[in-house]
Parts: sequence; structure tokens; C-alpha cells
Amino acid sequence: MEYGFTTAAYVVAAVLFILSLGGLSGQESAKRAVWYGIAGMALAVFATIIGPGAGLWLLSIVLIAIGGVIGYQLATKVQMTQMPELVAAMHSLVGLAAVFVGFIAHFEMVRVAGLVANSVDPTLDPTVNATALVLLGDLGTFASLIAKKTAVELNILRVELFLGIFIGAVTFTGSVIAYGKLAGKVDSAAKKLPGGHMLNAAAAGVSLLALIWYFNTGGFLPLFIMTLAALFIGYHLIMGIGGADMPVVVSMLNSYSGWAAAAIGFSLGNDLLIVVGALVGSSGAILSYIMCKAMNRSFVSVILGGFGGPAGEQMAVEGEQVAIDADGVANALNEADSVVIVPGYGMAVAQAQQNVAELTRKLRARGKTVRFAIHPVAGRLPGHMNVLLAEAKVPYDIVLEMDEINDDFPSTDVVIVIGSNDIVNPAAQDDPNSPIAGMPVLEVWKAKQVFVSKRGQGTGYSGIENPLFFKDNTRMFYGDAKASLDTLLPKID
Amino acid sequence: MKIGAPKEVHEGEARVAITPESAGHLQKLGHEVFVETGAGVPAGFTDDAYRAAGVEVMKTPAALFKMVEIVAKVRPPTDTEAKRLTKDQTLISFFYPSSNEALMDLVKSKGATAIAMDMVPRISRAQKMDALSSMANIAGYRAVIEAGNNFGRFFTGQVTAAGKVPPAKVLVVGAGVAGLAAIGTSTSLGAITYAFDVRPEVAEQIESMGAEFVFLEFDDSELPDGAETGGYAPPSSPAFQEKQLAKFRELAPEIDIVICTALIPNRAAPVLWTRDMVEAMRPGSVIIDLAAERGGNCELTVPEEKIVTDNGVTIVGYTDFPSRMATQSSTLYGNNIRHMIADLTPEKDGVVHHDMEDDVIRGATITHEGEITWPPPPPKVAAIAAKPKAKVIVPTAEEARATEVAAFKTQTRNQVGLIAIGGALLLFVGLFAPASFMQHFIVFVLSVFIGFQVIWGVAHSLHTPLMAVTNAISSIIILGALVQIGSGSFLVILLAALSVFMAGINIFGGFLVTRRMLAMFQKS
Repeated sequence: MEYGFTTAAYVVAAVLFILSLGGLSGQESAKRAVWYGIAGMALAVFATIIGPGAGLWLLSIVLIAIGGVIGYQLATKVQMTQMPELVAAMHSLVGLAAVFVGFIAHFEMVRVAGLVANSVDPTLDPTVNATALVLLGDLGTFASLIAKKTAVELNILRVELFLGIFIGAVTFTGSVIAYGKLAGKVDSAAKKLPGGHMLNAAAAGVSLLALIWYFNTGGFLPLFIMTLAALFIGYHLIMGIGGADMPVVVSMLNSYSGWAAAAIGFSLGNDLLIVVGALVGSSGAILSYIMCKAMNRSFVSVILGGFGGPAGEQMAVEGEQVAIDADGVANALNEADSVVIVPGYGMAVAQAQQNVAELTRKLRARGKTVRFAIHPVAGRLPGHMNVLLAEAKVPYDIVLEMDEINDDFPSTDVVIVIGSNDIVNPAAQDDPNSPIAGMPVLEVWKAKQVFVSKRGQGTGYSGIENPLFFKDNTRMFYGDAKASLDTLLPKID
Repeated sequence: MKIGAPKEVHEGEARVAITPESAGHLQKLGHEVFVETGAGVPAGFTDDAYRAAGVEVMKTPAALFKMVEIVAKVRPPTDTEAKRLTKDQTLISFFYPSSNEALMDLVKSKGATAIAMDMVPRISRAQKMDALSSMANIAGYRAVIEAGNNFGRFFTGQVTAAGKVPPAKVLVVGAGVAGLAAIGTSTSLGAITYAFDVRPEVAEQIESMGAEFVFLEFDDSELPDGAETGGYAPPSSPAFQEKQLAKFRELAPEIDIVICTALIPNRAAPVLWTRDMVEAMRPGSVIIDLAAERGGNCELTVPEEKIVTDNGVTIVGYTDFPSRMATQSSTLYGNNIRHMIADLTPEKDGVVHHDMEDDVIRGATITHEGEITWPPPPPKVAAIAAKPKAKVIVPTAEEARATEVAAFKTQTRNQVGLIAIGGALLLFVGLFAPASFMQHFIVFVLSVFIGFQVIWGVAHSLHTPLMAVTNAISSIIILGALVQIGSGSFLVILLAALSVFMAGINIFGGFLVTRRMLAMFQKS
């Protein structure tokens, strides 16, 4: 098939991808946007398979089909609460694929270089060489592309390849660790090997040396060493980030996978890869930035791992946590006119979103105003809570963002905090020494009454004491969120 | 220290500053107590009762003044009394320094120290000596009793065999201490009680006493802030007064009893119940004007007198309500005095230590060591009352415009700066990189740019679907594998095949998950 057709298809695919991302500005248009993305992907794959250079298309289609079946299984079986793990796991696939593609490109380069060296006088004009190479027989597009390149271009190609593999490798191990943490298979707390940042810096230094080595020799060894170093960086970087920063990590890895694709696109000279890689990369970067802003954390400190150490002694929390039973909560809810529910990761863990939705329906049926307050970093993934509530068929127009609802707390009768902790921690405003000082939080303590549904008295995911639990207008409703709501629901009449 | 209370010489004043009971407490502080003969009789305390409490009874005021170091009185001293004061003597009484400056000068010229009970600052610690409040409490109670005395009907509504009696309707204007006491008395007598105050924050107190707050539709920002003036109501704006009077005019025909308690510190009482309102009231109605001493809240009030208007409305302008319950008020006032003296003798050894650093003592002292020390500096401890509302500063149109312009300028500067830096970087790269690279590079930069533009518009709630979609389309890496799968060695084919396989999982998984998520979002 003509090369022109492939390019044309790529242009259309690129436009479709942009529309797909742009369409996510609204809930309704988003549903259409997914189809744009699917169409774009289908077109791109189709054009590539029938395009120049691609052989073994039967094998390709079979592999895609098998992958598709597995992907379908994963996507339909997964619980909505496991969404963060799934996304992280899939990032690792992209990262690994990027590493492989980079390796392939390297092997091709070596092969072509060998062919060129054997058959053509390298001192001649490159076009002459290329003509000579074409005569050599069945080279792929990429190979013939390489063959046409000048020395400078080859050097740039090496750098691009190198970067692609580096980012891909970081993404791969990073995503695997992120998956482990989110799935609870790896301890979620921030951990560092002795040496901390120095180890990362050393690995990065090794990679840089490998780059110079590879740049000059073009051998496989430096590439391999760098890959190992990058794998280590990915592992260690994400091990060092924990707790409430996980949403940022996931979107950051998303961004990395995009940049890796873009770098590979450069080395293969494939514009569609560059376009899509850049789109994904910038999208992930912006998401991470928005998350960081929502937590009042600097992007750099999040990426480098862990909470910054507190500047001084944290305020001691006075008072005691007063427990309450389902009857008490039910009474308060029956009397309240306006209720705000603040869901957090605890709701996701307990799979309580259906019960929360049921509670919402009951309260709304009795003419009460029920709204949801979603902190930007609630849960383990950007927008995690929205997705869960949507799954439970909570209408999205009563689900509000922090800025929309923070002013309304003083006029709210009852706030129910379900499994969230840091995002409702008044210490962020009151205690300059708190690790989360300055992070915008939902000001639930301003409401007339606050019920906190929580498993026990512990400090939770990030290990920070929460003075909210000790306030006079706060009552602790201990127990698994789902079980608690189960006992509560029949009492609402 | 010797403390003495003379007989009050003011016409009709029945109170006394020291009671036998308070004398006992004073003695425990190490003081000796004296009273003029007959000082307590109008309040129901005989000389014998004083003697039984260990108080020495003096024959004449002159002898008393000569004997004691602290003179405790109720009313401000007369000129004669003031002239009797000497250096080293301390006078404790109501003084009203703002309207009694000549008297204050006289006391100063005598070198005596004067402590004005009406100047005790309104802070929590000083409540036990806040004589204004204790007297106001009595006045409020007495006002209702006085009204009942002049009102020809029951307060409470009754249905009897002899006929149905409607309940009396009482309006209390001003919900200070006196007003709240009046509300409490009136509701406990069974009347339907309404109350009004310019300070919206007292609505809760009014309702807690069982009255109905007369609600005035008014813009919040114009409401006076009571907390700024130490818990007293400040003067209100003309527009607000207009509304207030209109509301009263509307209420006047239904109200049987009006109790006016509205006073503004150091000012004439505001006229709140005008002639036409009085005329609109039913015959037999009663107005009790507790503000009569300052001119009265009712236009027709005659201070010190009870009058009946042509349409049969009784207006009581007595100024001596506490004195009309002299036993009770003397007991409370005596306790106020006693607490004040207790604060003056911290060691309880009968030695007065006049601590001018103490907020309460400093605030109440108006002359000291030959100097006038009034008005006092603001107390170190901020006044009581509700927390002041955080004032929202609304920027004027010009200010808003100025901030907008400034923001626009910084934005422009930032953007131009970024473009300049970015452009310079691109040019720099272009200097060295070959043309084929630059072609791709342009595509790359533009894509990043589009990405930034597009993603800012994505709704917060859709961030998870966005991640899933970007995850799905990042499997575009499959193209890289596809273009190479056909060429080269077994190793290349293997790696490419693996890549295609993994990307395949990702494509289907990513898009399906996104679709599942989005399908769940629904409007109510």
C-alpha cells in the first residue's frame, strides 16, 4: 500500500485522539469521546498493518486478538474499587512494550549497520548507499529508514532510543510497584533503601554514563546496563512514595508511558506515535500537577518521594473520641435537613458505595438535601470517588468538588465522613507543623454535627493524627463502613 | 480599713450600699464596717440588724464620713457629700461621669479616689460587680410588675365559666439585661411576649427566654455590630430606624403592654414609641419606660411620673424601679460593692491595694490621687458578646478593575516569557539538529501544546476516565512493534510479538474500562 495512505490515516487517527481527550470535558460528551478513541486506535492499527514494512500481519492480528480477549476479561471482571490497580498494571504493560520496541530498534540499527558495512562503502553519499541497500533485498521500512540516515541523525536516533527505553523501564517497574501498593500486595507506606535519594542519583548517573558510552559505541551492553539502572529507579522511586500521594503517582506513571511512546516515535520516525505520546504525556503531567496543587505539595517533592519531614513537634490532640451507635446516627439523620457525605478510600475498601447510594436515596426521598463533597485526592486515583458513586448510580449533579461545597459546611446539619481521614483533617489549617499543613481540606468540622465512619481508632493510611475525631461536634461511628451502613439503613424512616 | 455607708439623701431613694449580710463578708476581708443610723430602714434593714452583724451605727453623716476611709453609696454623691471627702478617702458609688463632670472635678479637687460602679467594664471576670446589670435585672422584673399593676386584665389567657379572657400581649423593646428580665417575667406570667432588639445576635437569647423575636427584614451589612461597643447596642442608621418604626406602628394596635428598655451608652434614649403609636393603642394599655431617666423611648413619657393619655393609655416614667424593690436591690448592690472591695483587698487583710494595672479597677476608677482617670483606656481583655463577624471587604469597582488589570499583566508577562524561552530553546535545538529531526520535533511540540490546552478543560470528576483513556491510547506503542515485526531476526520478531500482545491487552482493557465507567455517570 502507498506510504501516503498510512500518513493520511495517521492524521485522521491523531485528530480522533485529540477529540477523544477533549470530549472528556463533560459527562455526556465523554461517552462519545471514547468511541473517537476506539476509532482512532482501530484506524491506526489497520493502517499500520497494511502499510509498508509490516510483515507477519496474520501473527499480528492473532496476537492482538488474544490480547484483546484478555483485556476484555480484565476490564469486565474488575471491581470498580480495583480500578486504580488495573490502571497501574496496564501502565506497566505499556512501559515494558516501550522497552521491547526500543530494543528492537536497536537490533535493527545494528543489523542495518552491519549490512551497510559489509556491502557499501560508508564514505559514499548516503543516498547512494540507500539505493545500494534497497538492492540488498527485503529490508523493512524502519531498516531502510535507518540506512538512509547520516551519522548525526544516527546519533540523535541513539539518544532517542536510549530515552525511550529509559522512560519505558522506569514506567514498567514503577507501575508494577504502584500496582502492588494499590492492591495491598506491597506495604503502602513510603519506604526507602538506605541511601535514599543518593541511590536514585547514582542509578541516574550510571544511566548517563551508559548514554555517553552507547552514544560513542552503539553497543548493546551500555543499553542493557542502563535498562537495569532504570528498572531500579522505577522501583525505588515508587517505593519511596506512599500514602495519600498514590493518585499523583498513578497519573505520573501515565505521563511517563506517554513520553516513552513519544521517544520511541522519534526513533522510529513515526509521527502518530509522537503525537499520541505527547498527548498522553502532557495529560498525565497536568493531572499530576492538579493533584499536587490540591494537596498543596510541590510536584518535585512528591516525585522524589514521601512526605517532607515535619518542621517541628506536631500539636498534641486533646480530648477524646466519642463513639456513637447506629441509633444515634439515625436520629440525627432523621432530624437533619441538609446532609453532606464525604467519602474516602475507606468507602472503596469496604465496597460501601451501594449502601451509601441507598442511604442517599432514602434521605432524598424524605425531602432532605443530600450532597457529596469530593476532595480532589480522595481515594487512590484522580476522580476515584466520582467513579464509585457513579457506579452506585448516585446522580452526578449532587456530587460536588471541594471548592463548590466548602462554604456550605457551616449551614449543614450533618456531615457523614465515610472512610476518609487526611482530607478532612483540620490540622492542615491549624497546625503549621503538621505534615499536611497548608493542604486544602474539606472543612467538615464547621457543620453542626459530624459522624465519622471508621474501622478503629488508628491513624489510617498516612499515619497522621486527626484532631477532627476529637472535636465536640464529632461522633465516631466505628466499624466497617458497609456493615455500619447496613445497620443504619433500616433505622432511617 | 473602715468602710461606711451613709443614708441615701436622694429623694425617694430607698436602697442602701451595705446590708447586714454584705457587712459580714466585708468583715471577713478584714474591714470594719459602719452605717449611718437609719440608712437601711427604707430597704428593710433596721439599725439593730446592722448592730447584730457587728456593724457600728453612726449618728450623723458627718461623723460617718470622718470615721471611714471607704464610703460606699448608691447614688452619686451630692455636693455636700462630695465636699466631705478628704484625701486618702475612697468613694464607691454610681457616678455617671459622662454627665457629672462638675461633680467629678469636685471629688478630684478633694484628692479623693472615686470608683464608679457604672463604669465597671463588661468582662466576664467583672460580672460579679456589674451593678448596672444587677439593677437592670430588677428594673426589668419590676417593670412588668408595675405594668400588671396598671393593667386591668390578666396576663395569661383563660377560658373560665364566666367567659373567655384573651392573653395580654407584651412587647419588650431592647433585649439587654433589663429587657431579658422583663421577657422572663412576662412570659412566666403567661403573656404572649414579643421582643425586639437592633442586635440580631440576641434573637437566640430572646427566644431562649420564651419570647418571639420581632424580625425585621433588613440587609445584614447595615446591622450594627454590638460586639464592638462592649455588648451594648450602638446607634443604628436612619434607614434602619425607619423600618423599625414602621414595624412598631404595625404592632401598636395589638399590643397591650410595651416595656421600653432601649438605651445607648452616653446618649439620650432613642425615641422608638412615637405619639401616633400611643394613639393607636387600645384604652387600658400600659407603657413602661425604663429609659425615662434619659428622656424615654416613648415620646410622651414624663420622667418620674405616671400619666394617662387622652385615649386611656397609661405611661409610666418612673426612674426608680430598683429603689421600688429596695430590699432586693440593696442585697444585690451590696454584694456588688462587696465584690469590688474584695478585689481591692486581694490579700484579705483589710489593706486596700488600689491596683491601677487591673482592668476592672482601672476601668471603674474615675479619680485617683488628684487626677481624673476617666475615660479609661480600653480593657486589655476584649469585650464579651458574640464573636465579631469577619468583615468581608468588598472591593470597589475600581479596585476590582485594578486587580484584574494587574492579573492580566502578570499573565501576559508569564506567557510572553514562556513563549520566549520556549522559542529560544527550539531555535537552539534547531541550530544543531538535522532537518529530519526537526520535522518530528515540530509535531512533538505542537502535540504537547494541544495536550495542555485540551486537558485543562477536563472535568474533575472525569479524571479517572481520562486516565483510563490515556492509558488505552498510550498503547499506540503497538505501532512501533507492528512496523518492525516483519523484518529481521527471530529475537526481533519475538520481542515485537510480545509488545503487540501486551499492547493488545491494553487497548481493549483500557477502552472497555473507560466505557464501563462513563456508562455509570448519570444525571438525577
